[in-house]
Amino acid sequence: MQDEAAALRRRDLLSLIGVMAGSAAMYHAMTSLGFASESRYKGPIKLEGDPKGASVLILGAGLAGMTAALELRQAGYQVQVLEFNNRPGGRNWTLRGGDTFVELGGASQTCEFESGLYINPGPWRIPYHHRALLDYCRRLNVALEPFIQLNHNAYLHASRAFGGAPQRIRTVMADFRGQVSELLAKATKQGKLDEAVTREDQEILLQALRSWGALDRNYNYNANLYSSEYRGYKTAPGGGLSAMPVPSEPVALSDILQSRLWAYLRNFANYNFQTTMFQPVGGMDMIGKAFAKELGDIIRCNTKVTKIQQSDRGVTVTYVDTGKPAFVQTATADWCVCTIPLSILSELPVDVSAATKAAIDAVPYAGSVKIGLQFKRRFWEEDDAIFGGISYTDLPIRQVAYPNTGFNRSGRGVLLGAYLFDGANAYEFTAMQPEERVARAVEFGAALHPQYKDEFENGIAVAWHRVPFTLGCSGDWSEDARKQHYANLCQIHGRIVLAGEHASELPAWQEGAILSSLDAITRLHERVMKT
Amino acid sequence: MRRVRTICLGVSLALVASTALGQTGQRTFSSGYRFVEMSGEELYNNVCRACHMIDAKGASGAGSYPSLAADPNLEAAGYPITMVVRGRRGMPPFADMMNDDQIAAVVNYLRTHFGNNYTDMVTAQDVRDVRR
Repeated sequence: MQDEAAALRRRDLLSLIGVMAGSAAMYHAMTSLGFASESRYKGPIKLEGDPKGASVLILGAGLAGMTAALELRQAGYQVQVLEFNNRPGGRNWTLRGGDTFVELGGASQTCEFESGLYINPGPWRIPYHHRALLDYCRRLNVALEPFIQLNHNAYLHASRAFGGAPQRIRTVMADFRGQVSELLAKATKQGKLDEAVTREDQEILLQALRSWGALDRNYNYNANLYSSEYRGYKTAPGGGLSAMPVPSEPVALSDILQSRLWAYLRNFANYNFQTTMFQPVGGMDMIGKAFAKELGDIIRCNTKVTKIQQSDRGVTVTYVDTGKPAFVQTATADWCVCTIPLSILSELPVDVSAATKAAIDAVPYAGSVKIGLQFKRRFWEEDDAIFGGISYTDLPIRQVAYPNTGFNRSGRGVLLGAYLFDGANAYEFTAMQPEERVARAVEFGAALHPQYKDEFENGIAVAWHRVPFTLGCSGDWSEDARKQHYANLCQIHGRIVLAGEHASELPAWQEGAILSSLDAITRLHERVMKT
Repeated sequence: MRRVRTICLGVSLALVASTALGQTGQRTFSSGYRFVEMSGEELYNNVCRACHMIDAKGASGAGSYPSLAADPNLEAAGYPITMVVRGRRGMPPFADMMNDDQIAAVVNYLRTHFGNNYTDMVTAQDVRDVRR
């Protein structure tokens, strides 16, 4: 907490600057004084000066690689991109009906979703403060729609509490807030806060607790029409003769505490998950496709890099066509931006110093699993009035996420039936064959939605440790490794610079990939201008 | 895709095994961040197999997972113990997800299956020595 007097002085200074110099100057002053610093993105990158035909080879056509390709080409470089997959985009990826995915180990799945339905196996939501990604979406005409992180009518579920019945997020939030407010009001009235809170503030605090916690005039949280306005009614208000609402009964504090359901509430408070969040209309891969369309034929797909060499004159990358692995080819350029995930790069021969190699070797890759399930009807909307958002559970599937689009329609729908990130269950699900992952997700999910049993049609499961182009979901830096190796990883290594979410402080986020790429090519361009 | 490890930790720290028995047969699931599987066989099947596959022969894509079948690297028991405890390159460390007994069990299983026949059993004490 900052000192109040100092904060006031700073605000006075800002309003003075605002009056004297206009709002643009005020904005810059705010940024430099530590306010408004929600993003490191400084607007479209400006790479000034003529690179005189210098060439850059970019390894990987994910968002980091394609950002570098777009901006370096714009700055006058000759650019070529090598990509392992048969499509650009990398982890920016969507699975739709007809798509086939073959995982490591050889299991092949063909998505059987109805046309228009999809899952995003990788990134699926965009925070409003991911300004770089949002700017590229705007520049590339990628339409966005809301991603619903908090749906008050979705569920929190603890298998050993409330008889296993899922609880509406709305009631858990209202009751936890109400019960804690009642407790704090009691402590205030008993004088237990006299040392910490002035008399005058205690009066205001009591008013605030009553308003915030939905307490009655005696500062109790109990069943009445006021608390029901927050937690919902036993019988909702209606029209005509039978219009009278009936209040619902709050859950006792001990029951909420014992259930551990409060642990999920952070998913709605965390800065990364605060409203407004976005998703591209039609699937996350609309972003990758928009980049790829802009870049055209400078991306060479189906290309597996096998060696990266450099001298004081340039970079030579050895690769094979994934369809013809015996035919070894090379590509050369003056410079190289390498966005290959460290899980793969660490296995390749790369001409870099021992310290850099140690940095490349220092990052394990996290496990993650997503399972998409198609149902005959959107029962979560029709029966349960859940329109978008996420239910959380302590079952091994951890989350059930509802589509944030196509609301209130009849016909089929696709749920995200499991989302595991790190932790034991991610390994346990990865270790199964895809069809068992889907079957387990249906079994577990039926505890939240018994309709699963009758309505399930088909599913597809992506376990990131078995994804051939990443061998994991994202770089899982330990604090120690970051301290020891991160700066080194991000340096320019002769003629090679690395970029990607693994070279960012926003691991596993697309914003991290783009900011890392912009930072890398800015420094690379400075280096080129000096040579 | 993002880190939510601490969320799972907060919900249930207890080492309680839950087993699901449905049409798909019996399988152990852990309830928290740590694994509850105790036998070497079950640990291999529920954890290692994710990457090293059912036959321990690994797999290959843009990069590869090494084969552990008929693997001379497993002869010196300290090597697989160190791999499991500390991880290597993209392979995650399991020091915080398995206890000494679990790591010893899975190393013993691996060293006596999949064409490996190293019968000198490792102990929890051996794992403790590597953790230091």
